[in-house]
Amino acid sequence: MRRKSLLALLTLILVVGTVLAGCGSKNDKDNNSSSGDTTGAAKEQVLHINLSAEPPTFDPAQAQDSQAHTVLNMMYEGLVRMDKDSKPIPGVAEKWDISSDGLKYVFHLRKDAKWSNGDAVTAKDFVFAWERVLNPTSTPAPPYAYQMFYVKGAEDYNSKKTTDFSTVGIKATDDNTLEVTLNNPTPYFLGLTSFYTFFPVHQSVKDNAKWATEPKSMITNGPFALTTWTTGQKIEVTKNANYWDNKDIKLSKITMSLSNSGATELSSYKAGQIDYAGMPNGEIPTDQMPAVKKELKDELNLKAIGGIYYYQFNVTAKPFDNAKIRKAFAMAISRQDIVDKVTQSEEKPAFGFVPPGIAGLKEEFRTENKDDFFTEDMTAAKQLLADGMKEEGYTTLPPVTLIYNSSDKHKKIALAVSDMWKKNLGVDVKTENQEWGVFLKNRRGLNYQIARAGWSPDYNDPMTFFDLWTSKSGNNDVGFKNKDYDALVADAYKSADNAKRMDNFKKAETLLIKDEQVLMPLYYYTNVSLVKPNVKGILIDYAGSVDFTRASIE
Amino acid sequence: MVRYVANKFFYLLVSLFILISATFFLMKAIPGDPFMSEKNVPPEIQARLYEQYGLDKPVYQQYFKYLGDIATGDLGISMKHQNQEVGGIILQTFSASLKLGIFAIIISVIVGVLLGMVAALYHRKLIDNIAMILAVLGIAVPSFVLASLIQFIFGEKLGWFHVMGFDGPLDYVLPVAALSAQPIAFIARLTRSSMLEVLHADYIKTAKAKGLNWFTIMFKHVIRNGILPVVTYIGPMTANIITGSVVIEQIFGIGGIGKVFVECITNRDYTMIMGVTIFYGVLLMLARFITDIVYVLVDPRIKLTGGKEG
Amino acid sequence: MTTNEIPLSKTTSVELTPEDFHKIGTDEKQAEIIQRESLSAWRDAWDRLKKNKLAMTSLVILFLIILAAIVGPLISKFNYYSNDLLNTNQPPSSEHWFGTDDLGRDMFVRTWMGARISLIVGLAAALIDLMIGVIYGGIMGYFGGRVDAIMNKFSEILYSIPYMLVTILLLVVFEPSIGTIILALTITGWINMSWIVRGEIMQLKNREFVLASRSMGAGSGRLLFRHLLPNAIGPIIVTLTLSVPSAIFSEAFLSFLGLGVQAPVASLGSMINDALTGWMYYPWRMLFPAILISLTMLAFNIFGDGLRDALDPKLK
Repeated sequence: MRRKSLLALLTLILVVGTVLAGCGSKNDKDNNSSSGDTTGAAKEQVLHINLSAEPPTFDPAQAQDSQAHTVLNMMYEGLVRMDKDSKPIPGVAEKWDISSDGLKYVFHLRKDAKWSNGDAVTAKDFVFAWERVLNPTSTPAPPYAYQMFYVKGAEDYNSKKTTDFSTVGIKATDDNTLEVTLNNPTPYFLGLTSFYTFFPVHQSVKDNAKWATEPKSMITNGPFALTTWTTGQKIEVTKNANYWDNKDIKLSKITMSLSNSGATELSSYKAGQIDYAGMPNGEIPTDQMPAVKKELKDELNLKAIGGIYYYQFNVTAKPFDNAKIRKAFAMAISRQDIVDKVTQSEEKPAFGFVPPGIAGLKEEFRTENKDDFFTEDMTAAKQLLADGMKEEGYTTLPPVTLIYNSSDKHKKIALAVSDMWKKNLGVDVKTENQEWGVFLKNRRGLNYQIARAGWSPDYNDPMTFFDLWTSKSGNNDVGFKNKDYDALVADAYKSADNAKRMDNFKKAETLLIKDEQVLMPLYYYTNVSLVKPNVKGILIDYAGSVDFTRASIE
Repeated sequence: MVRYVANKFFYLLVSLFILISATFFLMKAIPGDPFMSEKNVPPEIQARLYEQYGLDKPVYQQYFKYLGDIATGDLGISMKHQNQEVGGIILQTFSASLKLGIFAIIISVIVGVLLGMVAALYHRKLIDNIAMILAVLGIAVPSFVLASLIQFIFGEKLGWFHVMGFDGPLDYVLPVAALSAQPIAFIARLTRSSMLEVLHADYIKTAKAKGLNWFTIMFKHVIRNGILPVVTYIGPMTANIITGSVVIEQIFGIGGIGKVFVECITNRDYTMIMGVTIFYGVLLMLARFITDIVYVLVDPRIKLTGGKEG
Repeated sequence: MTTNEIPLSKTTSVELTPEDFHKIGTDEKQAEIIQRESLSAWRDAWDRLKKNKLAMTSLVILFLIILAAIVGPLISKFNYYSNDLLNTNQPPSSEHWFGTDDLGRDMFVRTWMGARISLIVGLAAALIDLMIGVIYGGIMGYFGGRVDAIMNKFSEILYSIPYMLVTILLLVVFEPSIGTIILALTITGWINMSWIVRGEIMQLKNREFVLASRSMGAGSGRLLFRHLLPNAIGPIIVTLTLSVPSAIFSEAFLSFLGLGVQAPVASLGSMINDALTGWMYYPWRMLFPAILISLTMLAFNIFGDGLRDALDPKLK
């Protein structure tokens, strides 16, 4: 018996030892290569960053999240790209002509644009890529196909009303000329072509469904090419020698670690392991903000971006089917306290729905149209609540629950706001934290009273904030239906007169916030990030997307 | 023996079947689906995605289809990570977890046994007390507190190790330490009490009386018998370390399978949830299976045909 | 001791003189009286436990923690949910004994409220494990044979399911509340208890007192609940004591994954998790709940071990 047991023990040790030896030798190899990176980082122009989640895909047609956005911006280039002021500048397209009615775009592609394998980037590659996005048989179905519905005939092709792609307004008249015809004059279309859904794709991917899962088969046209990808662990892109503008690319490599913990990311930044921390690919924990502001003052970047954090009322649920009660709730909190004490990132309190930074007629929409749709006034709020309750015949307010999705920051804000309602309005509001999917399902199904929400623009125009709330919008999850509002937005869609569009938007915002108070704006987003002092040239655009491609290490 | 193993194996399959069925229907009961995002996808595109992934069919049909696929060893394609094989993702991420786990197990056994032995040999002396205080701390401090403490001290402040990542051998130190603290404590206590028992057993007294030298007594009798309970603890410990690594992987940013599991539930990545569950299930069952067999080898009082006794 | 003479060793030898003896008479009644008070098994165990200083200290600590969890929140003028945004993250002071958290809430009240929740989760989960485990295990052990084989297999299969996965899935399916968490923790938690009970009952059921009772016509229920279970109570109590801390830890683990109790209610685990991102700047937010959870874990573990030694002196 003793011998047997010893034998078992020995076997076990042997097995474990073998496996161990196996991984041990492999690690040594790994280590040699990686330690080389870190020691020579400064000279070698290698940028280290962290992504809070692995991008689900590197196929521009499939992408739909901010992590993929960041990485695709390194690996691809669209017809245009955004400069540091978020203005479109030439990318693959050298120049472009827009017809006077704003419906026809002719892009002239540069002749020296190359794929990472040396092939020329042609207008046909764009047609190929865009057809792929719109093709109803593409698998899996590209989720952002609707971003191309501005193009004439695109929606019909995507919804199988026609199978003839020649009816769609996308044509390559020769290798270097791309013609695009739109349904309506869309002033923001040019900027949209810098968005990843519009990126070109190499035609070799046609019969290879798995092309975007391996560095080998990934042929890209951007400043960097994917060279290493260890699932869940690390992504590395290396400078693309065939990129037409490679003289402007200083970095030789960007390595991305994949930690989803903000605390770990910050800690690793402080320890010097990564050069960039914070949004949009991560988040600095609010608990550490005061210390970061004090200790890393010179490395901290707080940039106002065009997103908004708000609470929305379900206007079909009691008691928020009453506008006065909605107003009372919106007025009875102190937004300044929330941004000062809770989020602590110098966000701007919001009293409208369109954030600063979104283009208006000549300047920003927000500077041309002030957001003074309501004020914070506790006595008026109480009065409004009393009036609203009287209108509805309540002696006591029905129980109210505020839902938010699990996140440290959302929780803090929800608790702070509900505490303000209790103190200022005398209303007990229950806060309920829901897991992300459950939360989305409830919000979409109008199964809530008050819900947390946020919105970032898809393109640089107020439209992206207003077409949300039309009766037919798939994103309208507050139950708000208003004919006047629908008419204002529909009118702005068709109009080529920008002054008229902006006027319509102003009216729509007044209706949405001042008259109906469907939403309770809290604050406009700030992009919070930390950059090591020796790293220059990282660009954050108006919507908070980041562009690392022109960065350099000094 | 063969019959015993065959019998165990049969029940392993039954367990697996129940696990698959339970997880499948539980998963389908979770609100939401893999194609949700903050910005809604138009209903038409949504419907197309459902169709492409077979989610438009009734749940029972999806279930039978899944069973069929599993029977042929096909775990399917991830619904979130486009066009990536579930099996491939699991193998890639598990290799990280495995390295972490194996080191944690080895460190736990070596340190735990040493600590326990020393404590037993110096019973009721200062060393014993120190060893036991260490053991007790390992049991009483939640692993995420410990992990976050050592990450801050040795990673951020002293800079001895990387705060996150999993590249070189040094990157193992902090996560392995955090992961093995609890098993070390448990093994140390186990070894100590079992060694004490052996030290006071009659046959050791006999051996001493016969004048055998100290080393022979220690190595031929005391240690060998004293650490037997540890062998039987390896199975459950493996299970604990595997589930415990979920926390450690999150804190140290290691792309292991624990992190994948938490993420795929959030993403409603159905094929991935099933794949990881089956993988975990098989792993745990195998660990228990091996433990049972080791048990039999170690302790012949257990009859091969019967179940376990009291 | 037998009548045979046993050589006494030198040190213990006693000189006896005739004076040491006296006649007690032959009163039969007096001979029946037992001189020393009879010691029940419980009393015996209690005496042994009392000698174990560590276990007794743990018991006292547990009582204090439970007491504080009950009265702690009452003696403070603060409550656990009211924010005070002007006084966030304040270190301990005479006003806020344990400092304040990121929303200016009083940590003293929150810590004891958290302890209350953690203890409720731990105790409730352990008690439910106890009920299911005792009934299930009792039936397995008592009836044996086929019933036992099938039920035992079922529990083994359930046990082989990775419970953390099931727990997480359950918590996502149902709304997170204290009830759901307890339910999720008990789904597989009772199995261990049922096996312990089964083993005990199997050993006991062939003993003489059971046979005697059965031959006098006692029914199954009476046998099980009046005779078998009370005799198996030692190991049951020990298992119960040790399953409380493991439930408390599991809840903390769930809090770490964001599946814990619903804010503003807090458990020790969720408080630690909240403090995790900023403890280097606000150590008190981590320190008090962490010390408390560690102390609770320790006390339960050491007391459980002590109890085991006391109830079954054969075991180490």
